[in-house]
Amino acid sequence: MILFVLDLVLMLMGLYVLITNRNLIKKVIGFAIMEHGLNLLLIMIGYRKGGEAPVVSPGMSVSAIPFVDPLPQAVVLTSIVIGLGITALMVGMCIRIYQRYGTFDIAEIRRLRG
Amino acid sequence: MLELYVVMAFMLIASAIAVSLRGLLSSVISVGAVGLGLCVMFLLLKAPDLAITQLVVEILMLVILIRATIGRGVSRIFHRSSVWIFAVFFVFAAGFLAAAWVSLKDMPAFGEPLMRVSDYFIRNALERTGAANIVTSVVLDFRAYDTLGEATILFTSVIGVLALMRSKGRKKTDERDEPDS
Repeated sequence: MILFVLDLVLMLMGLYVLITNRNLIKKVIGFAIMEHGLNLLLIMIGYRKGGEAPVVSPGMSVSAIPFVDPLPQAVVLTSIVIGLGITALMVGMCIRIYQRYGTFDIAEIRRLRG
Repeated sequence: MLELYVVMAFMLIASAIAVSLRGLLSSVISVGAVGLGLCVMFLLLKAPDLAITQLVVEILMLVILIRATIGRGVSRIFHRSSVWIFAVFFVFAAGFLAAAWVSLKDMPAFGEPLMRVSDYFIRNALERTGAANIVTSVVLDFRAYDTLGEATILFTSVIGVLALMRSKGRKKTDERDEPDS
């Protein structure tokens, strides 16, 4: 349970920098930290004490060995790759905004827009 | 058990550094440390496929973020640290913690998952799909439509990045045939 709480603290750090920082790249970083915390939370929910990695070797009886839950692992595998795509898209937007306005500061961008 | 706490503490410290530093490049490198700690965490939690994927994705993400940062992070942004933004943060954090408490209250304790659906996957994966790796059999067979959706999202984001980062736009029709002739 302590690990869940520590993971929530990690996600709160991401939320903090996502809301309070005015730098666009720092916002992307906060988003990435929240995403890491979320993936870790899902994997920790599926962990079984003394479990094995869900790979069947020859001569291994499936019902006897305690495997870790494979379903969250499959879902998180999807989520990691999607997270990379989202981050790349956000960084592309940030680079374009920098080329146009010359700054990453969101307050500055709003002021220049008029 | 102890090593989980050690790696978790490493991730927390790295993310605190990434949050608090002013310079963008050092902050990006700290978030890379968080991701690599997550990779080790996946290994300790018996998820080797995820550890491999996380390693590759983290390196790619670091390259992309450094591409955005390099030569641009010099412009310091001074915060006025207004009270309102912290009030907004506390409201959001309270909502987040309340949602987390509601959803984690009924969750089984750490180390004892439910395994209601997964038992079927574990028992039947080898003979029904022929894949020795159960995660692979779930991704590519039992939940293949999820993977199709993932490929769609990835394709869409690649198209978006290409459309954003294209340096030469298409010329307008009236000025297309002027310069070369």
